[in-house]
Amino acid sequence: MQATLISLAYLVSSVLFILCLRGLSSPEQGRRGIFLGEIGMLIAVLATLVKAEIISYEWIVAGLLLGSLIGTSISLKIPMTKMPERIAFSHAFGGLATALVGVTEYHKLRGLFSAFVPPPPGAVEHEISRLTMGALGFEVFLGSLTFTGSIMAFGKLQGVISGAPVTWKGQNAMNIGAFFATIALLSYQIAFPHDAPTWMFMFMCASGLLLGVLAVLPIGGADMPVVISLLNSYAGLAACATGFALKSNILIISGALDGSSGFLLSMMMSKAMNRSFANVVFGAFGTAEGTAAPSAGGPAKAFNEATVEDAGAVLMASQTVIVVPGYGMAVSQAQHAVRDLAAALEKRGTEVKYAIHPVAGRMPGHMNVLLAEANVPYDSLFDLDMINDDFSRTDAVLVVGANDVVNPGAKTDTSSPIYGMPVFNVEQARSVIVLKRSMNTGFSGVENELFFLSNTMMVLGDAKKTILSLVNEVKGGGGH
Amino acid sequence: MSEDLVFGLYIFALATFVGYQVISRVPPLLHTPLMSGTNAISGISLVGSLVAAGAHHDLVSSILGFVAVTAATINVVGGFMITDRMLRMFKKGPSPSAKAKG
Repeated sequence: MQATLISLAYLVSSVLFILCLRGLSSPEQGRRGIFLGEIGMLIAVLATLVKAEIISYEWIVAGLLLGSLIGTSISLKIPMTKMPERIAFSHAFGGLATALVGVTEYHKLRGLFSAFVPPPPGAVEHEISRLTMGALGFEVFLGSLTFTGSIMAFGKLQGVISGAPVTWKGQNAMNIGAFFATIALLSYQIAFPHDAPTWMFMFMCASGLLLGVLAVLPIGGADMPVVISLLNSYAGLAACATGFALKSNILIISGALDGSSGFLLSMMMSKAMNRSFANVVFGAFGTAEGTAAPSAGGPAKAFNEATVEDAGAVLMASQTVIVVPGYGMAVSQAQHAVRDLAAALEKRGTEVKYAIHPVAGRMPGHMNVLLAEANVPYDSLFDLDMINDDFSRTDAVLVVGANDVVNPGAKTDTSSPIYGMPVFNVEQARSVIVLKRSMNTGFSGVENELFFLSNTMMVLGDAKKTILSLVNEVKGGGGH
Repeated sequence: MSEDLVFGLYIFALATFVGYQVISRVPPLLHTPLMSGTNAISGISLVGSLVAAGAHHDLVSSILGFVAVTAATINVVGGFMITDRMLRMFKKGPSPSAKAKG
């Protein structure tokens, strides 16, 4: 009877989780959705706590308290510019939690150390089905891979580990070898669940941990949106595998929701870069902080370097302005300054819109959150498809720290590594103002011909400082 | 093929399908909240962690379970809170007529 009630409670939670995600289809319903998700989680936790298997509560209470404390303090303090780091960090915890649940379950069933120390009689339940063994294997492997992979992603985002793609000879061969060795060991354990030595299980954990590091190491900073989405998907699949191992439907359902979300996002991100999964995962290209790559042998190309005054004059003469933000805006924390500039322009009667590329920033939707934080209303934020035809009718485009997403070469230059990537048609606007730290190439190391067009003005320097001076220019300028 | 596996696969396939349908309706505007929201939901591995930490099997299990409970709770509590914090920031602008006046 009690077991039935618990199952029903889990069913209610699962429905609430789906409604939670359903709420995210619009900003108005989002918060209500999250509230439903919270209720769902509360029901699931309470239902679990009354389970007969749970006999002592001290470790549980300690973990819940410590986790809530850390979770609360992180989410209250973290600035929005650090969202990609925070997401990578939480994927790491998600992976860790699922991996540990798997290890604990295996330890209970087989005795983790029975290869070295014979377990006391009765301490190990020698009942492990092939299904449980297989599910535990996937769970622990995917969980450990997500754990170290996300820590690597976190390190790269934080700059602790070089954001540059690290590659060496035989890298892919080594990764693939480790992967197949793991699959072989797992197959053996599934075939002989009772007799397989426990070191095989430990090896699978270790190989998951190692592969997480090796798989993310060669991936460059600009590919982070795809990597983070993929890790999201792995974390979901690991939770799913936990569901199979523990025969828990709510874990399968929630894991599937998380997994399909991560998968869908990585598909969208790859599409927005016109690259396949395989290419992102195996084909690291470019250097991190590219130097101004001189075009082979020829003289350095000329570009129009403009002052803040010139740029201000152009903006003030414009009726319509589109802002294209990129990762550079997040780096120089310029989102509030951008909002002030837009407000000053709007006060003069100029229409200001924002064009947001799916892969602008370091995670899906990164720029939207930054601009929302700066009180930019979300109905002036536009996706690629919605705004790309407007550029030809626009007086001025302001590019703030974006590079590859405004490179016209992606449309015309078949030799470019980013050829085929959907980009904004900024060059069709009457004038383009590009705010950039220096003339270095972006993360992909590709030269951007936009910077050398006759209707492009380059304003070099820190984006935030430049924009703040632009605000003064526009405010100081005479009215209509 | 055990009965359990087939039953689990049913649930998995249907949930993936529902997930795909629901998530493809989320606009790019909300992709970051979506990610932190699904992150909070996948903290449901807390359910497994609680059993691991409270089953009182041996000290190793309890300690591993404790770490798992902590990690999953960080995701659940932190994930929901930060998603809500983000969603609170998304505001609609003034109506176009009010904007034109400026």
